[in-house]
Amino acid sequence: MARKLPRKDVVVIGLGWTGSILSYELASRGLDVIAIERGPWRDTATDFPPSYAPDELRYAVRLDLFLRNAQETLTFRNKMSETALPIRNFSGFLPGNGVGGAGVHWNGQTYRFLPTDFRVRSHLEERYGKSMLPDDMTIQDWPVSYDELEPYYDRFEKLCGTSGKAGNIRGKIQQGGNPFEGPRSSEYPTPPLKQPYASTLFAEAARKLGRHPFPQPASNLSQSYTNPLGVTLGQCSYCGFCERFGCGNYSKSTPQTCVLPALMRIPNFTARTESEVMKINLDSTGKKATGVTFVDSSGEEYEQPADLVLVCAYSFFNVRLLLLSGIGKPYDPQTGQGVVGRNYAYQTTSAVNIIMKDKILNPFIASGAIGMIVDDFNGDNFDHSGLGFVGGGYISASQSNGRPIETLPVPEGTPKWGAKWKKAAAETYLSGYKLGTHGSSYSYRDCFLDLDPTYKDRLGRPLMRMTFDFHDNELKMSAYITGQLAEIAKAMDASEIVASPRKGPYNSTIYQTTHNTGGTVMGNDPATSVVNRYCQSWDVSNVFIPGGASLFPQNHGYNPTNTVGALSYWAAAAITDKYLKNPGPLA
Amino acid sequence: MITRRYLLSSAAAFLFLSTTHGFARIIPGNGLPWQPNAGSPPAPVRPGPWKFFTADEASMVEAMVDRLIPADNLGPGGKEAGCAVFIDRQLAGPYGSADDAYMRPPFMPGTPSQGYQGPDAPAARYRESLKALDAHVKNGSSGKFFHQLSPAEQDKILADLEAGKIELKDKGFFALLLKNTMEGFFADPIYGGNRDMAGWKLIGFPGARYDYRDWIDKHNQKYPLPPVGIMGRTAWNME
Amino acid sequence: MFRTLLAAAVFTSLAGSAFAQDVTQSFSQIERGGYLAKAGDCVACHTGPGQQPYAGGLALETPFGKIVSPNITPDSETGIGAWTDDEFVAAMHDGRGRNGKRLYPAMPYPAYTKVSRADALAIFAYLKTIQPVRHAVESNQLPFPFNIRQSLVFWNALNFTPGEFKPDPKKSAEWNRGAYLVEGLAHCGTCHTPKNILGGDKTSEAYTGGTLQDWFAPDITANKHTGIGDWGVEDIVKYLKTGANDYTLASGPMSEEIVHSSSGMNDGDLKAIAVYLKGINADKQPPKPAPLPASDKHMVAGAAIYKDNCAACHLDSGEGAPKIFPSLAASTLVQSREPTTLIRLVLEGSRAVSTKDAVTAPAMPAFGWRLTDEQAASVLTYIRNTWGNAAAPVDAGAVAKMRKRSAGN
Repeated sequence: MARKLPRKDVVVIGLGWTGSILSYELASRGLDVIAIERGPWRDTATDFPPSYAPDELRYAVRLDLFLRNAQETLTFRNKMSETALPIRNFSGFLPGNGVGGAGVHWNGQTYRFLPTDFRVRSHLEERYGKSMLPDDMTIQDWPVSYDELEPYYDRFEKLCGTSGKAGNIRGKIQQGGNPFEGPRSSEYPTPPLKQPYASTLFAEAARKLGRHPFPQPASNLSQSYTNPLGVTLGQCSYCGFCERFGCGNYSKSTPQTCVLPALMRIPNFTARTESEVMKINLDSTGKKATGVTFVDSSGEEYEQPADLVLVCAYSFFNVRLLLLSGIGKPYDPQTGQGVVGRNYAYQTTSAVNIIMKDKILNPFIASGAIGMIVDDFNGDNFDHSGLGFVGGGYISASQSNGRPIETLPVPEGTPKWGAKWKKAAAETYLSGYKLGTHGSSYSYRDCFLDLDPTYKDRLGRPLMRMTFDFHDNELKMSAYITGQLAEIAKAMDASEIVASPRKGPYNSTIYQTTHNTGGTVMGNDPATSVVNRYCQSWDVSNVFIPGGASLFPQNHGYNPTNTVGALSYWAAAAITDKYLKNPGPLA
Repeated sequence: MITRRYLLSSAAAFLFLSTTHGFARIIPGNGLPWQPNAGSPPAPVRPGPWKFFTADEASMVEAMVDRLIPADNLGPGGKEAGCAVFIDRQLAGPYGSADDAYMRPPFMPGTPSQGYQGPDAPAARYRESLKALDAHVKNGSSGKFFHQLSPAEQDKILADLEAGKIELKDKGFFALLLKNTMEGFFADPIYGGNRDMAGWKLIGFPGARYDYRDWIDKHNQKYPLPPVGIMGRTAWNME
Repeated sequence: MFRTLLAAAVFTSLAGSAFAQDVTQSFSQIERGGYLAKAGDCVACHTGPGQQPYAGGLALETPFGKIVSPNITPDSETGIGAWTDDEFVAAMHDGRGRNGKRLYPAMPYPAYTKVSRADALAIFAYLKTIQPVRHAVESNQLPFPFNIRQSLVFWNALNFTPGEFKPDPKKSAEWNRGAYLVEGLAHCGTCHTPKNILGGDKTSEAYTGGTLQDWFAPDITANKHTGIGDWGVEDIVKYLKTGANDYTLASGPMSEEIVHSSSGMNDGDLKAIAVYLKGINADKQPPKPAPLPASDKHMVAGAAIYKDNCAACHLDSGEGAPKIFPSLAASTLVQSREPTTLIRLVLEGSRAVSTKDAVTAPAMPAFGWRLTDEQAASVLTYIRNTWGNAAAPVDAGAVAKMRKRSAGN
């Protein structure tokens, strides 16, 4: 029998980026806010100090900061004709856990989507005709435009202190930035990071070929910075232990370094950790949420009544929570009806591995988002006529991982062990490099999330099931942009170039990214979206999903976090400026 | 004599229960929690008797890691670097027993895209596969242990294992062994392998360093400092 | 009958209040009293764990045993609700409780004696507006023979000179205000002045630093080597107001002082305090010692340890970054006579204070698990003798002692 707790104004499910931002925005306006997080409290000096944070085995290989499959996992299959089986150990993507969520161990790559991305279907149909898009491709326009979201991108970047060089300020193209980006209202809060050798060579080669390289926007700060909440961050020291690791010297933008010091000063805010929300409770009409039920680590159940429920968990778990709570119509891929779980997408990445023999690249001097980027082949930045695909991605010389268990390049054909391997590893480590592409992943009718019929979690509830594979469109796109990247590699005079465009089927055991999008899509039409343009549930007006990549109708050729942060601020504004003044459906 | 200030800072600490994970489950908005000496530094592996392997298993694994990464003029091999010790300690701990994995049934064979679907944790996989491999070796060599074969013979067994030419129930065992050996060779020395930072010295990886601001601009120049581990390096001590 | 009872009830309640006050409570007196109570930081000692503010119950561990702070809410039975003005002033000024019983100098009456009667009464007026809390406290929990209050006669004779503050006509009004605060309500010397064997102040070395329960409250005189001689008045004000300035961030026991006391004081008073402190021993600048040479084996080991442990935050140059990583370069705190606080920070870590102007509260992680006593001593010796610093080396034995006493061990 669940113990009923005193009522709160707002209950926030999950205390990652979205949960922290929403908690701050509402608690600082006087509302009683409780955030319920199923993982542990995390703090820089006690959880990832520089003295033991740089431990590759513990954090990058044994995944100490990540979600434990024993606590929750998914089942996976490529095709509906297959049986989904559990992901017993995460390797292909790594959901976070704990206060700060994936915001603790992200790389800090901070991109905005393109203006054309936000109206991708309309734009592509206008330019290339409806027949350009496969019948089973279910991409759709976003319910917000780039221009509407721009001030919120700006706000999130200023919260983070992101280091970069603007390419377009209010329509005026800036030297040294990305000429393809949407217009920005201001320069980045801090200047770009210094570049290491390899990305400098890449940029030179790219320029020779007429491309437009620019420094990757990085939430690993080039200098100490104090954000609008009054919180100060430090300067990145290029330690090379960024993705999968917590930052030890306050220089990666995370909820810990950007929001929590200010949030934890607000007496009407409470965090409750190691407590897992099991469902959102609805009243007898099914149209109003009364709060949530959660279980703590002793197995005790509690009911937390609240007037407003904010679903701020990781993308998959937002979808699962809605399904388990009976909010919204579950998606049925056979009929194409329903919305919860629809339009799951991922990211289409590839690599070009090079060796620059006799050059010392020092791969261990790295930062999560350091690198030079070419955006000429992203989105619809180039003419797709006759190419046979839509979409694109950025190509990069990005140096975030020179750690030897994960990154030990050898020339192609080298045996994987033995004396030859040893010699090759010793000779190549300092000279090997991985160039990458980071491409879009459009949505399809047969790529979706639902509840598994067989496998259950430790509490007896069905696991989330993922059905996903790459489609021809994405594989063709990958082949094309990987080819473009290989051209730049040739112009770098690399001594060895091995291009590996993405090939199907999608293999869930090989790490590509943790950019899992869709499932609770935002839109203007309840037939094709779970929340409206204000991230408010169409079905239960006091439930919002105010952030999280589960809102994305499809995934574009960029890392998702900046868009997640911008949507968090966008939704927060809708809640404070519209909803609180007049609770009810906003659209 | 006057000590109230000290007590006042620890009075605030009364609000937070001390658990092995740090802080209480309910954290109110009256400041970031703090406790002195809080944190979870890693516990270094202690030298000593094998914790998981039997003596025969240990001899076999030591010989195997020493062929996977042989000793030569470039530096120590897997055995001297402690890779077998590393694997032993890992298998004796939560990694070996797959505490964090999802181990609920039903266990069904999957596609290559679906990952390992067996019911066995790494510790069980080693136990099972080493036994089967030992039987195979004895069979083909009139009763010898793996570690009694010549290096060339050992290499052949390993190559056959890698190519799938030896019938082991666990088809992924070689990959697991190789992966764990490499982990042992390149992980921080506190885990029992990479002794004297042999792996790091082989390739020129500076270890658990945290500040390269003085070297980011030095393109194409070799980094001058020796590697450091989580428990330090010799220069921290006076001679 | 009823009217007699009513009259009796009215008489009793009036009688209570009639005896308790001979000064009319006024709004501005109460406001002033609240401010002065903040300056005196009464709430810090007079609030026990889980208690309402000022309700007492905080146990103070003295070398002589335990004393528990009394309830100073205006409850008439368990607090000061029935006290007269004279009784309250006697507590502040003479170290005398109700019925003349002597107070232990855990109550810093040797400092509060300087407070004017008017200010003391303003504090009293303010305290009488606090929510009364019924909480009986047995203050004297010292063991025999210290529990005999008579013994304080001798202690007071040696260590206590009663008397309100007398301004120095040769100094500015600002300086005098600073002196009044520092020597009186703010009672800085209680921590920052070294103590004699009886726990009384060594007045000839006032404010040059004191050790209490493994924290060293630093030298706050104008000594340029170990004190705040190089800090400007603005630096001191900023530190007291926000907990952070370009040199350092407050942590440890001073965090509490800043949050409850000085961050709530007005800029004029903070400036006066700064002016006063900057005048102490300004002309007495002892020669700075020579730093240990970089080739010394402790320095060589310390340099390697520093590079691998400390530089990621404090930088190779020792300069740190304002508002987040204190500067170790040319730092008087680092050159303190007593390295107690430095040893403690390295072993167990610390979190900086959070105030509304300096929100971040960054934390130094613990290194005690990673460094041996010898290594911790080497790196502290290195820090104390590099980048313009020069101070006595730190010895491994001192580290070992601190490690044993450190919380959590």
